[in-house]
Amino acid sequence: MSDHHHHTHGPDEPSHLSEMDVRVRALETLLTRKGYVDPAALDRIIEIYETEVGPHNGARVVAKAWSDAAFHDWLLQDATAAIASLGYSGRQGEHMVAVANTPEVHNMVVCTLCSCYPWPILGLPPVWYKSAAYRAKAVMDPRGVLADFGVTLPEQSTFRVWDSTAEVRYLVLPMRPPGTEHLNEEQLALRVTRNSMIGTGLALTELA
Amino acid sequence: MNGVHDMGGMQGFGRVMPEPDESLFHESWESRAMAVTVAMGACGQWNIDLARSARESLPPAIYLSSSYYEIWIRALEQLTLERGMVTASELSRGQMQDPPRPVARVLKFDTVDAALAAGTPTLREATSPARFAIGQHVRARNIHPQGHTRLPRYVRGHTGKVAMVHGAHVYPDSHVDRSLPPFNTHAEWLYTVVFEGPELWGEGAGAQVQVSVDAWEPYLEAVL
Repeated sequence: MSDHHHHTHGPDEPSHLSEMDVRVRALETLLTRKGYVDPAALDRIIEIYETEVGPHNGARVVAKAWSDAAFHDWLLQDATAAIASLGYSGRQGEHMVAVANTPEVHNMVVCTLCSCYPWPILGLPPVWYKSAAYRAKAVMDPRGVLADFGVTLPEQSTFRVWDSTAEVRYLVLPMRPPGTEHLNEEQLALRVTRNSMIGTGLALTELA
Repeated sequence: MNGVHDMGGMQGFGRVMPEPDESLFHESWESRAMAVTVAMGACGQWNIDLARSARESLPPAIYLSSSYYEIWIRALEQLTLERGMVTASELSRGQMQDPPRPVARVLKFDTVDAALAAGTPTLREATSPARFAIGQHVRARNIHPQGHTRLPRYVRGHTGKVAMVHGAHVYPDSHVDRSLPPFNTHAEWLYTVVFEGPELWGEGAGAQVQVSVDAWEPYLEAVL
């Protein structure tokens, strides 16, 4: 397929289609003609992960756990059910476990073998999460990984790394930032970053 | 398989590079690659472990030099080729020449939401009692299967402690036994096993670090 990118294009076409562009278009066209995929279904899948399912779901879960002690306990006891009660379930989040950060213990989630990630609450994983650098380093040097994100924790902190090697997906429950006692759930959710729910960041002490 | 996908503890990849203004997709083809991979999975002609196995089985140099969605597409081509769902000639021309193979189902527009919300749970009824209990010391077996496995190399031969018992889950190593449905959905007990940093990375290394993997019972042996 290496000859595909030498096509010439008319004036109305993009000046350059990458080899992968051509390759994926050809594959999608072929699989559609064969009747294996419905292009409208592909559009819908993309729409869901571009506009509906993303870290704002997880932020809502965390904000509720910060505000509601019963939900907090339920989340730590049975994350799958607690998260489903807010309407988030399914693909790549079938079996959820929530792990809470404390002043002593900082949790970090990785998938060293591929790119396992809790899609229903965080959406699709970022490039760095799937990168060789993160997958290699997180289990050996989580403190160094956090430094790569510009975050430093006290010397005495213990790092607890969760390698998602099965179909269990992990949500880090970050610590509630100080000075947020007066905030409601909606306001709290804005303090919850995607990275704080993976463990490569902290919840925001103030809004940028 | 002791492949390059098994990256835990490898060195030399440099620092992790967060993106300041990251976008969900970085090339126009990436969203289509994601969606077509998800939709083709729904056809039921392979399972998640067969898909992972196809990705892990790409030539090491290709795996390391491909972006993640590129890995997905290369594996998808392999998965469809191996099952006769497409031919190499069709792939290179992008045109249908042979009639389609029957598939278990096709993910249609109006079933996408329900299918994604349902997912594919792997929890099964256990047929035997769990061999290990929370707090028990166990050793990850020093095994090197040729085929698909989810026991990372960096824990093999090391001793840890059971922290969670998750019930019986479909066992990846035998989930790939048959390349077409009905798949072998044999389940084994699944545990979260925690290892102390120095146990994995040596004295002086990994202090104040604990690392867990989720390990199926056949990956583990009792420590007396």
